[in-house]
Amino acid sequence: MDDVRVPISSDLDLVRAREQGRVLAGQLGFQHSDLTLIATAISELARNILRYARRGEIVLQQAQDSGVPGIVIIAQDEGPGIPDVNRAMEPGYSTAGGLGLGLPGVRRIMDEFEIVSEVGHGTVVTVTKWKR
Amino acid sequence: MAVPILKQGPFLIASIQSALTDTDLVQLRDALVGQVGSYRSRGVIVDVTALDVLDSFASRTLRDLAHMVRLRGAETVIVGIQPEVAFTMVRLGLTLEGVATALDLEEGLFYLNEKLRSTQQTTQ
Repeated sequence: MDDVRVPISSDLDLVRAREQGRVLAGQLGFQHSDLTLIATAISELARNILRYARRGEIVLQQAQDSGVPGIVIIAQDEGPGIPDVNRAMEPGYSTAGGLGLGLPGVRRIMDEFEIVSEVGHGTVVTVTKWKR
Repeated sequence: MAVPILKQGPFLIASIQSALTDTDLVQLRDALVGQVGSYRSRGVIVDVTALDVLDSFASRTLRDLAHMVRLRGAETVIVGIQPEVAFTMVRLGLTLEGVATALDLEEGLFYLNEKLRSTQQTTQ
């Protein structure tokens, strides 16, 4: 299966990205609440791109770990970057007037979470959900 | 995509038909807060049965809607949150605190009718 790339530059793209995520996750065998968790994680990550970097991309990939299928969601932008990543992961932290649940929430509902951010260069968040 | 708002007696019913953008949701909030005044409505029902995602922005917008409507003197009830959506919301810590919810449209109407009746009784 090829990677699915969804450019993010408007709030319509956000809806598109979570729909694409749901379709791919469905093809990989995810069901019910997992589909909703995946679509919601994509929604939060795509909104962060829109809010902080104005534009970026969501990349959806399939993964495999000793026969167990998974979905990888990569949210990347070339925005301002996050000066203090640790602080951004604290519940309640937000600089754009959100609830601040974005990143910590996404980490809670996914199995794996990685964030690389460089001030002035952008942010890449990579999350994975394994099919149980 | 605009959400149709139906006037049903003293209540307004917004029945979301498909996935909404953030802009759509904010427009819905503002339309309902406005129409509560133009129709002198006593209650608002927002049917989210068709929504497969209620993320932090959607939750916050619905909560704001309910609180704004209350400040205008009417009650809001959110109906139709799907089981998977409820599961995800709880995992994310999105509790819609201070907002009335009901299983479906029927239960929502029942809730608002009861509310309306109890206010009428106390004002008699």
